[in-house]
Amino acid sequence: MAEPIDWDWIDRNLDEIGALTQQHAEIVGISIAIAVGIAIPIGILVRRGGLPYVLASQTGTILYTIPSLAMFAILVPIVGIGRTPAVIGLVAYAMLILIENTVVGLQSVPRSVKDAARGMGMTSWQILYRVELPMALPSIITGIRLATVSTVGIATIAVLIGAGGLGVLIFNDGIQRGLFLTPIVVGAVIATAMALVLDGMLALTERGLSRWKRAGA
Amino acid sequence: MVVLPGNANRGHVRHDAGRLELQGVTKRYPGSDRPAVDDLSLIVEAGQVCVLVGPSGCGKTTALRMINRLIEPSAGDILLDGESTRNRNAASLRREIGYVIQQVGLLPHQTIAKNVATVPRLVGWRRGETKARVAEMLELVGLDPAEYANRYPAQLSGGQQQRVGLARALASDPPLMLMDEPFSAVDPITRERLQNDFLRLHRTVPKTVVFVSHDIDEAVKMADRIAVMRDGRLVQYARPAELLASPADDFVADFVGADRALKGLSLTRIEEIELDDAPLVEAGAPSSDVLDRIASGLLVPVDGDLLVTVEGRPRAWMSVERVTDGDEVPRGPVGSPGPIVDRLATLRDALSALLDANARTGAVVDAEGRCVGLVSVDHIQGSWNAQSESAMAPHG
Repeated sequence: MAEPIDWDWIDRNLDEIGALTQQHAEIVGISIAIAVGIAIPIGILVRRGGLPYVLASQTGTILYTIPSLAMFAILVPIVGIGRTPAVIGLVAYAMLILIENTVVGLQSVPRSVKDAARGMGMTSWQILYRVELPMALPSIITGIRLATVSTVGIATIAVLIGAGGLGVLIFNDGIQRGLFLTPIVVGAVIATAMALVLDGMLALTERGLSRWKRAGA
Repeated sequence: MVVLPGNANRGHVRHDAGRLELQGVTKRYPGSDRPAVDDLSLIVEAGQVCVLVGPSGCGKTTALRMINRLIEPSAGDILLDGESTRNRNAASLRREIGYVIQQVGLLPHQTIAKNVATVPRLVGWRRGETKARVAEMLELVGLDPAEYANRYPAQLSGGQQQRVGLARALASDPPLMLMDEPFSAVDPITRERLQNDFLRLHRTVPKTVVFVSHDIDEAVKMADRIAVMRDGRLVQYARPAELLASPADDFVADFVGADRALKGLSLTRIEEIELDDAPLVEAGAPSSDVLDRIASGLLVPVDGDLLVTVEGRPRAWMSVERVTDGDEVPRGPVGSPGPIVDRLATLRDALSALLDANARTGAVVDAEGRCVGLVSVDHIQGSWNAQSESAMAPHG
């Protein structure tokens, strides 16, 4: 029986593996950055609930439930192939989690805290960025963690629309070559490791920002 | 001793206390057939404590919240030091008015120091002066800055949190304080302590205060003037003694309650009556001295007992025999100091403490907890009799 993993192949293709890993990380990074930049302002706008919140949440849910293969396929005729449709699709997938966690975080600020802040003479903006956002931050970062982990995984499919990344190892080098196992395993292991590392880093950030929550417990 | 820094060195124009005037203030909510507050007019003189009382839904909180424009009046005007608040920017007006609420509303993600510094930071004080002010305010409300400044609100008890709430409201030295049931969310013992400390604080920093309460006893204890409200209207605005002695109508009489004579005990503070000398002996003092003082009549045991103190603070009642058993007054006395009553407590508070402890006398202590004398049930009754004869004439 042959060795399950072809170590020689890995050795010969180290440079390519490195480049694809970097490419993958870039797609994930750009997508999350854009998604956060869109979702947090939306979450702030709809934080008081009601119809605006329902619309934002429903839109997020619809985007989230579109199968990823279909999503990328639909985007290609509109924006062509490459990194652009991949990033658009990944941003769309991250919306639901990020908006929901932003809203939940903002809504968890007790009414009495906001009342006291207003009574002391804070403007609505000051209440938002001095009170509501800092208090919502742990929840927002939890959302970013979840979105990041799932984005690392979904991004492997973006190889089908020419975005590159770790999907190249799994699909082009593995599946298309008669299920050559080595690149599939390498791609999967790196993707998993990337997700774990990013998750760990964000978890530490969240911990640092929520010391006040653990105080007194 | 807390020294409040002068205004000059900071370059901010501030006042010790301001005069507040409400002129025909009305609040109507759409869809409601009667106004929440109806044509409310009253004046709170600078440095006075005005307590708004009434049953729930009487409009007292709405009235309070119109003063700092958290609620905009539908009609009427509110003047602070003769100046209408209507034309002011609402946020900047609020920065000049201290605000304390029942749920405290400390910012949970910020340390105690940062919470207290909220308004100074909003109005742009320099870092150094803000820091000094924070420490000063924490001391003023009885919290050691070294211990508490860097804690988070969740690490404090309810009573401590409300002390921080007070410190925060006072930090920028506002001429007016609004307090919405500030002491109702804590247990009765903490409440009484907070009340006494607030009264003490008010002597050091005589702000104009508007205080909402549903508790007539609290109102009688805290107020210079009580405003009784019903269905959005002011029914009576009077000094506490006047309110108890002659309620304006049956509603006020009902609200004040049938036990007006008992409530009258809340009008007098322990410090206003003459106390008995306490038979104090300091732990560690030579026993021979104690015996000498008893022999010369300087020390008169109460029922054969002496009150052992540590640095002046009551520690335990002990018999003369036990106190003088060794060479010196025992340093680790076992026993109870009995009921301890704050000088600023009312006669009612004191009576309640004595009854709770099933004791005839209690040690009266000052702000530092040092014993300044003894109060007894007889004292309270004596004062009560005197009061009933003069002030408590039946109304009608």
